[in-house]
Amino acid sequence: MIHFERFILPNGLRVLVHEDKSTPMAVVNVLYDVGARDEDPNKTGFAHLFEHLMFGGSINIPVYDEPLQQAGGENNAYTTNDLTNYYCQLPAENVETAFWLESDRMLSLAFGKKSLEVQRKVVCEEFKEHYINKPYGDVWHKMRELAYTIHPYRWMTIGASLSHVENATLEDVKAFFFKHYTPSNAILVVAGNVSPEKVKALAEKWFGPIPAGEKYERNLPQEPKQTAARSLEVKANVPLDALYKCWHIYSRTDMRYYVADLVTDILGGGGSSRLYQALVKEKQLFSNIECYHLGSTDTGLLTIEGKLVKGVNMKDAEAALNEELSKLQQDGITQKELDKVKNKTESMIAFEDMSVMSRAASLAMYELLGDASLINVELQRYQAVTAAQLQTESRIIFDEKNCNTLYYYSDNK
Amino acid sequence: MDRKIAPPIKDAVEFDLQLKPYEYFTLDNGVPVYTINAGTQDVLQVELVFYAGNWFEDKKCVASATNFMLKNGTSKRTAFQLNEDFEYYGAYCSRACYNETAVISLSMLSKYLPKLLPVVQEMITDSIFPEEELAVYKQNSKQRLSVSLQKCDFVANRLIDAYVYGEQHPYGTYTNAADIDALDTAMLKKYFQQYYLNGSCVVFASGKIPANLQEQLNANFGKLSISKPTFSVDNILSKPVSEKKYRIQNDPNGVQGAIRIARPFPNRHDPDFMKVMVLNTLFGGFFGSRLMSNIREDKGYTYGIHSYVQNHLQQTAWMISTEAGKDVCEATVEEVYKEMKLLREEPVGEEELSLVRNYLMGTILGDLDGPFQIMGRWKNLILNNLDGNYFYDSIKTIKQISAEELSALAKKYLVPEDFYELVVI
Repeated sequence: MIHFERFILPNGLRVLVHEDKSTPMAVVNVLYDVGARDEDPNKTGFAHLFEHLMFGGSINIPVYDEPLQQAGGENNAYTTNDLTNYYCQLPAENVETAFWLESDRMLSLAFGKKSLEVQRKVVCEEFKEHYINKPYGDVWHKMRELAYTIHPYRWMTIGASLSHVENATLEDVKAFFFKHYTPSNAILVVAGNVSPEKVKALAEKWFGPIPAGEKYERNLPQEPKQTAARSLEVKANVPLDALYKCWHIYSRTDMRYYVADLVTDILGGGGSSRLYQALVKEKQLFSNIECYHLGSTDTGLLTIEGKLVKGVNMKDAEAALNEELSKLQQDGITQKELDKVKNKTESMIAFEDMSVMSRAASLAMYELLGDASLINVELQRYQAVTAAQLQTESRIIFDEKNCNTLYYYSDNK
Repeated sequence: MDRKIAPPIKDAVEFDLQLKPYEYFTLDNGVPVYTINAGTQDVLQVELVFYAGNWFEDKKCVASATNFMLKNGTSKRTAFQLNEDFEYYGAYCSRACYNETAVISLSMLSKYLPKLLPVVQEMITDSIFPEEELAVYKQNSKQRLSVSLQKCDFVANRLIDAYVYGEQHPYGTYTNAADIDALDTAMLKKYFQQYYLNGSCVVFASGKIPANLQEQLNANFGKLSISKPTFSVDNILSKPVSEKKYRIQNDPNGVQGAIRIARPFPNRHDPDFMKVMVLNTLFGGFFGSRLMSNIREDKGYTYGIHSYVQNHLQQTAWMISTEAGKDVCEATVEEVYKEMKLLREEPVGEEELSLVRNYLMGTILGDLDGPFQIMGRWKNLILNNLDGNYFYDSIKTIKQISAEELSALAKKYLVPEDFYELVVI
């Protein structure tokens, strides 16, 4: 059970406090309800570039990092297609430093030219390091465009192309800030060795005076139901052929999300999972195979990907994979398999909850989904999933018409 | 309220950092067990550290293959069954092979320990190394290697170690497909016999420790013919190569280069070691470091640049590592040397030094949060044949080291001629 208190400042900022006296540290986590899905299709990669600029100095404080480090703190941030999350951890005695820094950059950035110029370059190098200069690095770029026709999940968080990042202007940066970085679009979580009274006082002192700004109303085009299988063939300078298949699943708040999540564990979670045992160990068609989903807020993708053993024909590998999916659809799963994936979920949650930082981020994420107290009912929701539901959903999800396939061929055989 | 003025802080150097002491006992066969009982969740990690790393192998890859295959079949259970036995209880049993040591690590909800220890016992006493399992392992390892070899960072990491330690040294050796091909089950069985069945082992347990842990461990491991390690190995002298500068073309379509600049460096028992940890932090050890501030935050040549001292027991290396745009690789290398020169020639200012001290103290305080993290610190000390004093001496060094001492260390170690330099595109 994760205890927390929740209150809302008059400017709309939602604040959650999770007290844990067993640690000497405090975590301050600020989540902004903006991700790559909120970008203009012609200016992608912006939410993430913006995350970098948040460290380039704010209206009253020339640099973010140094005062935090001076207070013994560490910080980082990440951007996804759904959200942008900033977090820092510091000795609890110095927690006010984090309030000072985070509230000032919510108030306004410095919007320095130099910061934009440098961070454009840094993000381009990040783009190259992770998505260009790596075998199979462009897979998700291609897969997203194949699987999504209109939803902004069509592009990756890093951006659809280097040029979008290179062309970002200071005007774009300012407009983005005032549209999305307002108190009513943010959630503040303070966790660790802090009292709710102290957090309330500090929140009112530092965040209270920030003008409310306008609440951003999200109105994204939702992806229509896919009605025919899609596929794409790619040839690239990679050593091995690889197969990627994606099926549309449910949004994060749909109860069927939990069923789909357990389906991925049945198929691809560990050395005793179905796909690994059948396709890597017994038939030896793949040298690795994984099944996962990304936990997207809007309807996401369930993915199976694997690299083929050299000499294996792509169609044979795909047929064997499809056979495993058919087995699941026709015969369902055993009680033992169901117990296994539920036990795994239970221990995963326990391990995640070990760190205060992870508890703080989870609280922010659940609050974003609509209700922070979801953190305490997740496990029950997984426990309630039945074998029958798993079978039903596997029939719906693994429908051929719902499938997107990327055949990634090696051209240096 | 003036937002331009920072709230008062307690200087992190004033924090009284304590490393929670471990509890210690030995099994009937003398195998030492270190435990840390802490944490809020009912989770437990048990690590069996064997002196079975690649230090002891005659043929390449034997140590890592033996370690990996511990989970691929015993006389009673197939690989599938072994995996299922762990996964059914939501537990993770991972293996990892390092230079001196090879580890089996079990993480689980504490309540499942009695179900899982016997399975681990079976792995370390009764592994049978089936032919067909080894065949799959060899095939998949070679496939993974072929993908990795296309990445400039992977290639650079292999080569720089080979330059600094020599390709024949356990720290400098690397795997080729032919080495994997040459493996057979007889080699693995022999290695298993010598370094696991009759090997030396130390156990680390952390988390919510059950009251009868000693009993449980004794029942499963206390009668085995494993013994207490000496915590030292016969040193093998490194044979660094003589040529120092390398430029390698690995991928004709590469858009970035992997840069590695490294020099040999003594291990933790050298009196300079803990002082250099502070100098390294200042140089390239955190986000606010000189290298990061200049090469990322001012020039935008890279997504990240770091310096660190490798975590080796016998001798080690001080390394600068980054991936930079293809066209700015040479400029990046030049800036690294400029930063070395600055540290040699100009003493660090009090403000910057105080920031580094506070950052390090805060990080250690944060790192000690949680039983696995506390045990991680102890494990590193114990395997390095050090005790708790080392931790407290390090803290003292962080608080007390002067700008003059840092300059002297920079003059001694940050000497460009001593560094190997490699760019792989």
